[in-house]
Amino acid sequence: MRGAVYSRQIMDKIFFSLVCFFSCLSVLPLILILGYLLVKGLSALNWRFFVRLPQPLGEAGGGIANALGGSLLLLGTAFALAVPLGLLVGIYLSENRKSRLAGYARLSVEILQGIPSIVIGMVIYSWLVLPLKSFSALAGGAALGLMMLPVIVRAAEETLKLIPSALKEASLALGVPYYRTILRVITPAGLSGIVTGILLALARVAGETAPLLFTAFGNPFWSFHLGRPVESLPHLIFYYATSPYEEWHRLAWGASFVLVAGVLFLNVSAKLLTRRWRVQF
Amino acid sequence: MAILSIQNLCVSFQENMAVKNVSMDITEKKVTAIMGPSGCGKTTVLRSINRLHELSAHARVAGRVILRGEDLYALDAMLVRRRIGMVFQRPNPFPTMSIYDNVAAGYLLNGLRLDRRELDALVESSLRAAALWDEVKDSLRKRGTFLSGGQQQRLCIARALALRPEIMLLDEPTSALDPKAAASIEELIVRLKDSVTILLVTHNIAQASRVSDFTAFMYLGELVEFGLSAKMFTAPGDKRTEEYLTGKFG
Ligand SMILES: Nc1ncnc2c1ncn2[C@@H]1O[C@H](COP(=O)(O)OP(=O)(O)OP(=O)(O)O)[C@@H](O)[C@H]1O
Ligand SMILES: [Mg+2]
Repeated sequence: MRGAVYSRQIMDKIFFSLVCFFSCLSVLPLILILGYLLVKGLSALNWRFFVRLPQPLGEAGGGIANALGGSLLLLGTAFALAVPLGLLVGIYLSENRKSRLAGYARLSVEILQGIPSIVIGMVIYSWLVLPLKSFSALAGGAALGLMMLPVIVRAAEETLKLIPSALKEASLALGVPYYRTILRVITPAGLSGIVTGILLALARVAGETAPLLFTAFGNPFWSFHLGRPVESLPHLIFYYATSPYEEWHRLAWGASFVLVAGVLFLNVSAKLLTRRWRVQF
Repeated sequence: MAILSIQNLCVSFQENMAVKNVSMDITEKKVTAIMGPSGCGKTTVLRSINRLHELSAHARVAGRVILRGEDLYALDAMLVRRRIGMVFQRPNPFPTMSIYDNVAAGYLLNGLRLDRRELDALVESSLRAAALWDEVKDSLRKRGTFLSGGQQQRLCIARALALRPEIMLLDEPTSALDPKAAASIEELIVRLKDSVTILLVTHNIAQASRVSDFTAFMYLGELVEFGLSAKMFTAPGDKRTEEYLTGKFG
């Protein structure tokens, strides 16, 4: 009898150790990647790396300022296009849960989420790049925005759905018009979830390369013009990493490190924000 | 003259007739209680007075509601709701707003401009009228949701009072509260009737008899009896009222 209890305890211990072991194992890839990036990229990081443009071949001390600025411009454009639209669709879906249009909208958002990024890039290429006869930050931003859209719509819908209808009634009962009730009572109550969704969407597209290849293209110089091509971190990494030059490889590692740090920052902010801003009803 | 006259009000949700041909005149600056068993249509009557029923897509209303001589359904719904305040069964302060902003919400959300001093005075007088001022005057910047349930309900009353409504609709305002908090709301109702007409839905017979001047008894969507509370609680005219009052059903 005691033996049975004893062996059961041993089994428990073994099982528990296994669970711990595999949990640690699942964190391992991330730690390895971060560590490797740190080792490889850190040597490239210094002040000039962030503020200077790429130098001609053979000259040391080039930077990635154009790609940093370009990525910010692209993300900003994507944000400006996707957030208002995503919010409106999310509000519509949570307000009209059962309408037929909501069903179709929900379905198409789901399908949009599954469309490969390279295809989105190609579509934007034929919709924006060809008619405007130029690769542009606008086209790149539109491609990224299209990829952000489903994430934002879902985040907005899921968050707003959880807000008790008593809140809406409280506002309407004060004679507040419907649109003001939505914008000033319902949306603020769901703000943390919505902002979290936006941050995660940004994190998701920040590293996208494929849709930028034939939209934003790339640009070795500074550019903040929406109608011209811009460099971006993922594109710069792709371009430098596939080059045969040691110096450029170093820059690519540095840029990878910066990109991953940025994405990590967005993810952690999203986590903290959900915890801090939670609204109690 | 009655401030509010409900005439042949019928409300239906698809097949379900929730309110059947209800008529009653509400006297100004009195408390009128609406009693009746669960599901008899009390809330539906209240919501068709401030037109919140328009939120439910299936709700159909027939009959008329006359507010100071004007057909309420011909007026602008937003303006009607500013003249007729409502307090719900569960306290529902705005969770993102401070206590101060909650009270001022009727102005802030509607974009009605008041200068700072006016607004300060309004918030204070509304909180005083809701008997909450002394408890919150030092924490006006705190979130309204930090208050206790009873305090939250008084905050909601202050929020409704701030718009200086002519009529207040209270839908079982004490049913989610403990007895002590409920008693303080009851006191408040008695005090408020000097300045505002109150329509109170309640399940609590003792409460209705304590605070109301008039009582309506509804049963299965019909108005069974309506009259002075003093008479209804001592000598009900209808057998169903008597059975309800003596606890035979409901
Ligand atoms: N939005 C709605 N959609 C469909 N039916 C509804 C709706 N609101 C109320 N009803 C129906 O109308 C009838 C009356 O409901 P109401 O809420 O007015 O009752 P009540 O007297 O307030 O009950 P309680 O004391 O439980 O609050 C019920 O049969 C209810 O199912
Ligand atoms: Mg009710």
